[in-house]
Formats: sequence, structure tokens, C-alpha cells
Amino acid sequence: MNGPYRLDGGAIDRSRRLAFRFDGRRLTGHPGDTLASALLANGVRLVGRSFKYHRPRGIFTAGSEEPSALVELRSGACREPNTRATVAELFDGLEAASQNYLGSLRHDLLAVNDLLAPFLSAGFYYKTFMWPKSFWERVYEPAIRASAGLGRLSGEPDPDRYDKGFLHCDLLIIGAGPAGLAAALAAARSGARIIVADEDFVMGGRLNAETHEVNGRCGRIWAADAVRELASMEKVRLMPRTTVIGAFDHGIFGALERCTDHLAASDGKPRQVLWRLYTKRAILCAGATERPIAFGGNDRPGVMLAGAVRTYANRFAVGAGRRVGLFTTNDDGWRTAVDLAAKGVRVATVIDVRDREPVAALPDAQIRMNSQVTATRGRHGLNGIVLATGERIALDCLAVSGGWNPNVHLTCHQGTRPVWREAIAAFVPGDRLSGGMTVAGAAAGAFTTAAALADGHRAAVAALGALGRPAAGGAPPTASDEAADVTPFWHVRDSRGRAWLDLQNDVTVKDVVQSHCEGFRSAELLKRYTTLGMATDQGKTANVLALAIVAEQSGRTIVETGTTVFRPPYTPVPIAALGGRARGHDFRPVRLTPSHDWAERRGAVFVEAGMWLRAQWFPLPGESHWRQSVDREVLQTRGSVGICDVTTLGKIDIQGRDAAEFLNRIYANGFARLAVGKVRYGLMLREDGVAYDDGTTARLGDHHFVMTTTTANAVLVFRNMEFARQCLWPGLDVHLISVTEQWAQYAVAGPNSRRLLEKLLDPEYDISNAAFPFMACGDISVCGGTPARLFRISFSGELAYEIAVAARYGEALMEALVAAGEEFDAVAYGTEALGVMRIEKGHAAGNELNGQTTARMLGLQRMVSKKKDCIGNVLSERPAMNREDGLELMGFRPLDPTEELTAGAHLLALGATAETANDEGWITSVAYSPALRSSIGLGFIREGHARVGETVRAWDALQGKDVPVEIISPHFYDPDGERLRV
Amino acid sequence: MIIDHPLLGPRDAAEFVYLGDARLIDRPDWQGEDAARQFHDYLHVRDNPAGEHRELWFHEHGDRSWLVVTRNTLTHEIIRVELARDVALSLGRSR
Repeated sequence: MNGPYRLDGGAIDRSRRLAFRFDGRRLTGHPGDTLASALLANGVRLVGRSFKYHRPRGIFTAGSEEPSALVELRSGACREPNTRATVAELFDGLEAASQNYLGSLRHDLLAVNDLLAPFLSAGFYYKTFMWPKSFWERVYEPAIRASAGLGRLSGEPDPDRYDKGFLHCDLLIIGAGPAGLAAALAAARSGARIIVADEDFVMGGRLNAETHEVNGRCGRIWAADAVRELASMEKVRLMPRTTVIGAFDHGIFGALERCTDHLAASDGKPRQVLWRLYTKRAILCAGATERPIAFGGNDRPGVMLAGAVRTYANRFAVGAGRRVGLFTTNDDGWRTAVDLAAKGVRVATVIDVRDREPVAALPDAQIRMNSQVTATRGRHGLNGIVLATGERIALDCLAVSGGWNPNVHLTCHQGTRPVWREAIAAFVPGDRLSGGMTVAGAAAGAFTTAAALADGHRAAVAALGALGRPAAGGAPPTASDEAADVTPFWHVRDSRGRAWLDLQNDVTVKDVVQSHCEGFRSAELLKRYTTLGMATDQGKTANVLALAIVAEQSGRTIVETGTTVFRPPYTPVPIAALGGRARGHDFRPVRLTPSHDWAERRGAVFVEAGMWLRAQWFPLPGESHWRQSVDREVLQTRGSVGICDVTTLGKIDIQGRDAAEFLNRIYANGFARLAVGKVRYGLMLREDGVAYDDGTTARLGDHHFVMTTTTANAVLVFRNMEFARQCLWPGLDVHLISVTEQWAQYAVAGPNSRRLLEKLLDPEYDISNAAFPFMACGDISVCGGTPARLFRISFSGELAYEIAVAARYGEALMEALVAAGEEFDAVAYGTEALGVMRIEKGHAAGNELNGQTTARMLGLQRMVSKKKDCIGNVLSERPAMNREDGLELMGFRPLDPTEELTAGAHLLALGATAETANDEGWITSVAYSPALRSSIGLGFIREGHARVGETVRAWDALQGKDVPVEIISPHFYDPDGERLRV
Repeated sequence: MIIDHPLLGPRDAAEFVYLGDARLIDRPDWQGEDAARQFHDYLHVRDNPAGEHRELWFHEHGDRSWLVVTRNTLTHEIIRVELARDVALSLGRSR
């Protein structure tokens, strides 16, 4: 059974029937239909409610410019709100629903807003919600939130997959209408690599919607043949269902391809792909968008754009009504009346604002030249119109044409402003477009089919010329030129009732006039004050009308009034497509150390550190709180030996005859005299003198060093060192390479660390205290010939080493260390235990090196050499950074050892009120020290060293804590460092 | 944007990290008179030209070259791309 409004002909496949639902109602359509055409074929005209006044809304256009027919598609997790019924391709089983109402679509309780319209006009929000102030949080915001938005999100994760892709071409043709196809045919034969992208699922543009002939054949058939010819060419890539959404710098375009939106299920394929197109040249053949006329009640379902009514009749074989009228300012509008009459649809009337002879003979229609529509009748849909003369005409569809606006959007994305062309009463692209873009066809103001075909061909030949390719032979396709006269006409002054401009955001002519009267006169201000053009359609049908009305109000021309420009995207892009696969766990890459799997098998709890996953602690059966695990790891390490994966520290290999000199300038302290086989702790400053990063650097040879950086700064330090090498001292003979991922590195710490390592060490190496003292380093081999590097350095404060092997041996070494450690009751420890031990030792880390601290604050001022140039040394001498009464890094211990300190607590004198003026510093890092059986903290406090023994308050309003603490040395544990030198 | 790398040819700007004004190459003499003032200006004082701007880009996801890119800040047109090392050497920087 065909829908009751189905006509003969069209480009639908009548041999197959597609079942779909709208608001639960079972309906059918055919392949080739959009949801909108299928709804119209079934006589469904009311499809939604407007944003503000909840006015009944129908289908207004037949394309991506649709402001009005927004619906929800699909159900469950796949539910997608605010989609345009006019571009949703029908498929079998499609579920669609209307949106933005309370109760039912026909009896929307929120339609009460419409009665309040006199109070809800332009700027209503700004005027109303200002007072009383106390109402904002309790009354206004909840009310606004409840009524905000149109459709409903599913609230569930999107089950589909989205991808990103990259394509390169010599020539991109945007739009496959007459101009685009003529351009593609001309260019394709030249052998250039070409991409043709079109937002529709059938290429051909207006040729599919019109009855024009091309080369003496039906335009739609000619287009299909052209597409078939192009598809057979190797260097042509046709991309239907692909919207070019933005023109970016240097010939880069963004495009959204809807791969499976037209299918019931994606079956594992990406639903949409966001393409980045690299092009040498581009021809914009985006066509034009018809604009309406503003008149009283012009928002009623049944009032549609004339070109859309024609599209539904010619392409989809659907009559948008049974008694159709036409209201036009131009010749093109008349084609709707002519085409409908030819299809057997009753055309009741033609109303033309121009005082001239009728453009066509329509024996059955009442022709009213020099006439205007002032009002419409009907509730949920149109049932009649009223003319300025008072004459009433019964209609169920009024086709409206106010002329056509070239789709200049993409020409604006690089900053070019469109220019007004009086002859066609429309904005056309400005000249001097960047990125190799030219414009052809209706997008450039060449509105007739014949002109578009010729213009597309010409543009392609020119683009090929610019690419240095011989122009392809062949003449452009031809068509007869149709009449295209237009009179600028924007709104009916004698309108009765509200005349609408923006159908989605409910902006009327009156709102625009009011905005102008209240001083919001520039196009940009008007837009924001009235919200005109700020809905999902971005005012594609409304903006020029509003601009013309502003011009009228101010007595200026449109040129003087100016225009807003367009930004990407051309049509809405789902966030899912912008995100692509970068969501959830794949939001960014994850880096795993070579022994990650080993740690996972041991049940490690991981923490993200930069992009790395690091073992935080290793819980044992029976441990129910992380502190139990961490305390155990600390005590076992300090008592015997512990092993920790420190692979994530940045490692930079530095070689060259000037490597030592280079390091001397990178670090604040001296490195030139570091002996081969020795390691030194180094402090880096920023050029402004603030402490930046720290780590150890080992000298492996006269001209060879290996540096470690903190995990967090590994990338930045390397970048800065390359800057210094290439830009500051290009004459130094030094080369850098990051070897972070080449070496797996493990800390082996504790009194039994040497004994453990000696079990793995190949016999020719001696690491006794005499042969391999504190801060020694060297190449060794372990486990029978596996090359390794050994560094005697300690972050824990114990006798400790770090051993590095090639990354591929990392896991095996970890296993060997743990196995060899069994007899010592060795423990694997994570970053928490590492942190506890470094706090016990008073070592600074990220919390202390936070970009606000100086060497002096850290107690490292003696490290900053004054005898050499280094990054940051000049500005580190600024007096304010070296005040005697400045902040100093100290240790803090609560007077009551059962109290817990919190990082971020501010330090106040006892009895001082908690206010900024009394702030003396803050706690940076805290830990529970199993050795001291107390919570301890590091922190900065004014003149700390002179105040050892003093009691202050650690006040933390966020955690609701106020703890009396004693200022002590930051070296809580083994302050003289005896344990690490044994 | 596309940056025409002097060694590697045209590359997407996504491969690069931006730093800023190329005058950062011109680091003052640490022993110079008024060195603190000079370093202050070197570090903090910038022109903000509407037009041609010489700026430093780092090919972090590529060959690790620092480049001096001359870009028109109004149009994003890239007028010239040089290896920063060559620029530094031509400014007399050496050791």
C-alpha cells in the first residue's frame, strides 16, 4: 500500500517496502525515501515542537538546512536526539519519535509557554533572571535546566564505533550537483587524484529534485550516468553521505562520512568516519539554500520552502499537500507550481509579490500578482491563508520562496567575508579565498542549471591549470537556461500574528526589531541577544532575512549592515565522531613497563603516572587496607631488601666531545669534573630561575653520560635540552637521544641489596663497598653474560642500587631478582612505598618541585654554581627569590602521633586566625612512617630552619582538619646518611 | 596547518609542538652588563605582530628538529621554514 500522499514517478524503489515507526505508529515507505518524505507520504505533518514556545512544527525543507523537523532516532543506547528527519535515510525497522513536549505531541502541556510569549521576547533571560539574586540557584536554574534542550540523550555509552581517517588528493570537489558533476567530469579525465564528496546519499544535487534536462536527457538520469562514469575511474573517489564540515588552513578539509547511519545495525563497521582531507585544490559546489518569507503564522506545519515541495514531488513522489499554494518573490518559485500541476497535484493559488505578468499559465490556480500573505489558519497544521486584501484561500500546504542564498559557509572558515550581490539579492563568496579554494555553480551565485554546468566545468579546467595538468578535452554539458528573476522581499509588513524567522529557536521579526530598538544592532550582538541562528541549523534559512530586517530598521543597506560569518562545522557533528576511538581506556595511549605483566600477575594495584601504569603496591592475601601493604613493603625494604620498577624515569643518552660542557649548562650544579664511573645528583632550573626538575646523571665515559629525569618531565626536559643544543649552543659537539623505553630499570634497596645482586652478578665484577662505593656506576653483566648497567644510588636512604638491562630482559630480570631475593625475604614495592621512603628521607619530588619553588626553598641553594653559565642562573639570583625570611622545606610531625596530616594544609601560628595574612606556608607531601610510627609531612614554612621545635597549626579547611604540628628537620630517617654508605 | 620541513617536506602541524617567538634563540650573555634586565626582556617581553611572525616549532613526533617558521598571524600563510640550528649559527651563536 502506498502512502495516501504518494504520487507517480520519483526516484524511489517501489518494488520494496520499508516498515518504520513514528511515535509508535506503524508506517511504510520505500528505499530512496528519507524519514521526512516517508512521513509526508503518510500524511504526517506534525513532527515536533519548537524550543521556546512549544509551537507545533512540521517539515520545512528537504535537506540539511532543516530547522524544524527534529526527531529522535532509534532506541535504547542507540537513541540519537535532534536529528533532522529530512536527511535521515529510511531503513527497514527505523524507530523515530517526536521530541520536546510534555504529555503528547498533539497536546503539549508546555505549549502554555506560547501564551506567555509577550513576556518571553528577546532578551527575556537577561532581564528576568537577574533578580532577586537568591532566586538564581533555588528557582531559576532548576527551572531552566528542566526545560532546556530538545531531545533526550540515552544516558548510556554509545555502542557504535567511530573512526578517523586521512585522505590526500589533487582536487576536492565539494558537492555533486550540476556544478560538482560537471567539474568532476572535466577533471577526472586529466588523471588528477580527485575526491567528490556530497552530503546526500544520491549524488546529483538539485538535478534529482528538478525536471531540467541536461544534454537533452532527464537531468536525474544524466547525473546517474555521470556518477557511474566517475565511479569507474581509478583516481576518482566518490564519497556520498559525506559532509565537508570545515575548511582549514593550507588546503585541509574536515569531512564526516556517515557509513552505516542508513542501516539498521553497523555490524562492527565504523558508524561514522571523520576524515581529514589534504588537498591541493578544492572547488566548492555546495549549491544554494532557499530562504523563506516572514509573514504572520508562517511557522505552521504545512508552510514549506517551495524548492522542498518540488523535491518531495519530483524526487520522492510525494505531494506535500492536496491543495497547495505558492507564495513567491521570484521566477524559480513558479517551477513548484508548474511541477506539482504536472504531477497532478491541485495548485490552488499562486501569490507573487511582484507587480508583473504571471510567469506561467496555471488554469486551475487563482493567480494573485502584487499580492501578499498576511496570516495563516490552522492548529496542528495549515488549513488556509489570508491575503492582504482580506481574501481567504483554503490550503493544506503553502510553498514559500524568497529566493536562494548561495551556500558560502566554507568560504568563510578561513576568514573571508561574503559580499552582497544586488542582482540576485544574496551574499556570494568573497574573493581571495585561501587554501586553493574556488567556488562554482549556485554556491557562486550561478543559479540556473545551464550556468552551474558551465561554471563547474570552467572551475575544473582552471584548477587543473593551477596544478600544472593539461586541461581535459570535451565540452561542458549543456542545459537550457531557465528564468531566474528575483525581487528582494523579506517580510510582510501587514502580517497579522507573529512572523517567524528562526523556526527552531522561535525568533520573530518583532524580536529582531525589539533587539534593534534596545541597541543590539550589530549582526553579532543581534544574534546573541535574540538567539537567532544559534540553534542546531545555525540559521541557514533565517540569517539573511533577519539581516535584511535590521537593515530596514536602521535605514541602511544590507552591505552597510554587514553579516555574520560562518564557522565550522557546516552541519552538526556528533561528539562521538570527533572523539573517534579515543574514548574510555583508549582515550590516550597507555605505556607499560617491560615487567608490567609480572606485576599484574602479582596482583599489583596500578596508578597512572603520566601515560605510564605503575605498580602502586602489591597487596597480599589478608591485607584489606592499602596501608597494610605499603607499611609492610617499607618495613621489609628497610629491614632487608626491596625491589621497585623505576623504568618510567626519563632516560637521556648524551654523547659527544662537549657532553660534559653541555650538562654543565643544563644543570645548575657542575658536571664538568664528574669522574668517569660516577653518578651525581643534578638540579635543573627554568630560565626564570625557578626549580624545574631533578635526577641523577652517570658518566659512563669521557664523552658519554646517561641522565635520568622525573617520570612526569621526561618529554619536556628532552625537548628543552634539544632546544639548548640546536638553538642556544649549536657549536657544541653533543648528541641526545631518549632511551627511556630502551632500558628496563629496577631499584634494589635495603641492607641486603648488595648480597642479593651479588647472586646475579657475573663473577668478574666486584661491587663491594670499596670497589663500588656510593654514587659509583658502571657496565656489568648478570645471569651469565646479560649486559647491564649498575648505579649505586639511593632514593630510599638505604644501601641501594639501580640496575638497568635492555628492555627485552626486563621481565626476566625482575623474576631473577625476586627469585634470588627469596632467601632474604625480599619484597616487591610500589610507588606508595617509594613515596613513603623518600618523604622519610626528605627528598623533594613533584609536590615540592611544583613550578613555584626556588633552589633556596628546597635547601639546595649551594648547588647553584655562580662560576658558570647555566639555564636559569642569572634570574635565580633575583633578590625576592633569595630572601632570608623566605619559605624553607621542613619536616612536620603531629604532636599526637595518631593524628593524620593532609597535603595542602596551610601552616598557621598557634592562635592565629585562618586568614591569608597569617598564612606561613603549606604541607606538600604526607605519609605514614612505619619507622617513626607517626604521620609525617614535608612542607614549606617561613624561616623554617630557625624555627625547629616550634609548634604550628596545619589547618586544612577542605578536609576539616586542624592539627598542631612540630617543625623538625625534613630528614626524618637516618639524617646523616650512614645507611646508604655501608 | 602544514609546515614544509626543510629536511622532510610538508608535514601536518599536529606533528609539531609550538614554543613561541624565535627571539628565544637570542639568549643574552650571562656575564653581560645588566644581565638580569636582559634576561627579563629575553624571557618575558614579546611583540604581538598582526602579520609576519618568526616562531619556534619543534618536530617532536618527527626528527626532533627545532624549526624557525615565518608565519603570517592574520592568514596563517607560512612564508619560510628554516632549521633553527642554521638560524642560530647565522646569528653568531656557537658554543
